Amino acid sequence: MKHVLGRSILAAALTLLAITGGGLAAPALAKTEIVWWHAHTGFLGERVMDLVNKFNASQSEYQVVALRKGTYAETLTAAVAAYRAKAPPHIVQVYEVGTQTMLSSGAVYPVYQLMADQGIKVNWDEYLSVVKSYYSKDGKLYSMPFNSSTPVLYYNKTILKKAGLDPGKAPATFDEIEKAARAVVSSGAAKIGFTVAWPSWTLAENAHAWHDQPFADKENGFADMATRLLINGEFGVKLWSMLARWQKEGLFTYSGRGSKGDQPIKNGDAAIGIASTGVIGSLVKTAKFEWGTGSLPRLAGYPQGNSIIGGATLWVMKGHKPAEYRAVAKFLEFLGQVEQQAWWHAETGYLPISTPALKHLERVGHFRKQPAMWTAFAQITSGRTTPNSQGIRLGDFVAIRAVIEAELENVLAGKKTAQQGLDTAVAKANDILKEFAALYR
Amino acid sequence: MRARVFRNPWLPYVLVAPQVLITLVFFFWPAFESLRLSLFRVSPFGDRQVFTGADNFTRLFTSADYLQSIQVSFVFALGVTFLTLASSLALAVLASQKIRGRGVYRSAMLWTYGIAPPVSGIIWLFIFHPSYGLVPYLLSTVTAYELNWLLEGRIAMLLVILAATWARLGYGVAFYLAGLQSIPDSVLEAASVDGAGPVRRFWAITFPLLSPVTFFLFIIMMVFAFFETFGIIHAVTQGGPGNATTIMVYKVYLDGFVNLRLGLSAAESVVLMTMVIVLTMLQFRYTQRKVFY
Repeated sequence: MKHVLGRSILAAALTLLAITGGGLAAPALAKTEIVWWHAHTGFLGERVMDLVNKFNASQSEYQVVALRKGTYAETLTAAVAAYRAKAPPHIVQVYEVGTQTMLSSGAVYPVYQLMADQGIKVNWDEYLSVVKSYYSKDGKLYSMPFNSSTPVLYYNKTILKKAGLDPGKAPATFDEIEKAARAVVSSGAAKIGFTVAWPSWTLAENAHAWHDQPFADKENGFADMATRLLINGEFGVKLWSMLARWQKEGLFTYSGRGSKGDQPIKNGDAAIGIASTGVIGSLVKTAKFEWGTGSLPRLAGYPQGNSIIGGATLWVMKGHKPAEYRAVAKFLEFLGQVEQQAWWHAETGYLPISTPALKHLERVGHFRKQPAMWTAFAQITSGRTTPNSQGIRLGDFVAIRAVIEAELENVLAGKKTAQQGLDTAVAKANDILKEFAALYR
Repeated sequence: MRARVFRNPWLPYVLVAPQVLITLVFFFWPAFESLRLSLFRVSPFGDRQVFTGADNFTRLFTSADYLQSIQVSFVFALGVTFLTLASSLALAVLASQKIRGRGVYRSAMLWTYGIAPPVSGIIWLFIFHPSYGLVPYLLSTVTAYELNWLLEGRIAMLLVILAATWARLGYGVAFYLAGLQSIPDSVLEAASVDGAGPVRRFWAITFPLLSPVTFFLFIIMMVFAFFETFGIIHAVTQGGPGNATTIMVYKVYLDGFVNLRLGLSAAESVVLMTMVIVLTMLQFRYTQRKVFY
């Protein structure tokens, strides 16, 4: 009895082994599979799956497997851990603040080189220069632009109407925001007059670039490795002091770090907000109120700069087989096509990253139907790209952003003055930059 | 003469081998790797490692942020520990009264223990979030008070303490209930006969007799608050506002996993490791001796 049982268990185990072994071997022969780690969830996550499914259905040689690995920060960390364990994904989506980390990592296969090695012709000149410059080193593109965004102003027409304001025009200056927010809050039309998402991105990084003020030395880190932050100047202090006053008067409401500030804008709780163009897609699909977009607000008395690019790009990791890189290149080529670019933009509000895609959208009258989606282009094309507004490239930018946001919280809470908060942020950030430089020099 | 339990001398080693192996792979190896890394400055992708000796530790203990996180950890841990102990003792005493439906109350009190820390964090977030939470909404309609802890460090701290306490309440209640049951009725009856009221009986008899349980729970709750509340902090405050709720474990995560400063983060986890060792030693040493029976 005992023996019989033992034997049948052995037989079952062998069968199982045969099945799983066979299962593992079979698809490898059929299709080249590549893995893409991304950070999109909900509405955007579904759109990512749409793109992947379309690519997989369009041909029979390659199979892309898209996996959501968490937030941007978590996705980057997962990629780091996987690379160190010698099992990196083929493609990883990294947010703009991780750019310097990726460039210095020695772990990436630059996109321009991948495409050249695979003999796939890409006319990089067709890519929008603001996007391309952010992710290029020595004029060569290192990562594939995917969801590029820039902050724009959102305003809730329903709330403005309720407060007796003109809903036909977006507030264009901080003065106008203050007046509108005051009217909204005092009339009880909404609890939140003004809020922002990604506080450091909107209130420090883009605020400086948009008013042509330097963020860091060495042309914001583009000319050479940056060593000092420059945000504790007169402009930064003026803006943050004003925000702290607004917070105290109930005109501005701090919504938290990261994308937390998207919620009050999407839910219709905030009258005015600044957030990524990537919010437009959800607003189009889900908003039960009237809304509009406008350019970033201006602070009187400062020159015109430009808004900078955010969002994320796709980095190709080292350590895979040539056949798999062929699949990666094909997939990136697919993503760059006019059809995909135009679709992705129209669905999500992220910027189409090539001029042919932009021309195509104009031709089909997309921007007449969706004027909100034109705002970002109007903003970028009306702006002036200067050394202060081409972008920001800092080592350990993720850590620096956390430092800036912690100090913004202290300033808004009234625990520190704007000058004190910004001085502390600069001092801490300079230490981080020094440490980064010590590692890579 | 010693009884021979195992006929084959190798069998006991084979039997403990899996556990030893698991401990080696999942505890000792990472611990030694942390020790090693804490002496280096490491690039995120690990392609550059510069030996810096004790530099990471000197930087930690001269950094205002780190000293603040130590302070925040103690405020948080002591807050959670005292609140949990006090409220679970109170609830356990109430639940051991002879009342109808006692079993229902008892199990209801144990429920929260089954909830994972991140989930309890999210529940509290939904109740207290300034923009979509129920409590701030009710508060603002009834009074003019705006409960916005996204900027108020103290309120944020109070909130995570409450959330952590709520999550571990059932654990404390369970141990106190068991402790209460082991107190002989005869002692309490004798006290009643001598004319001691319920309050006097509690402080003179019940509370001292529960001291071993209290001490055990104190250590366990400190360890819990220090090391296992990551999920709650992550779900509710992410360490903010400012750094008001960045406890040491959360700082290890921020520096290591978000900021990718792995050497520094390893040094922080070595500091934490030392603290667990000290707490565990305290527990082993004093549970038997210093507690009044």
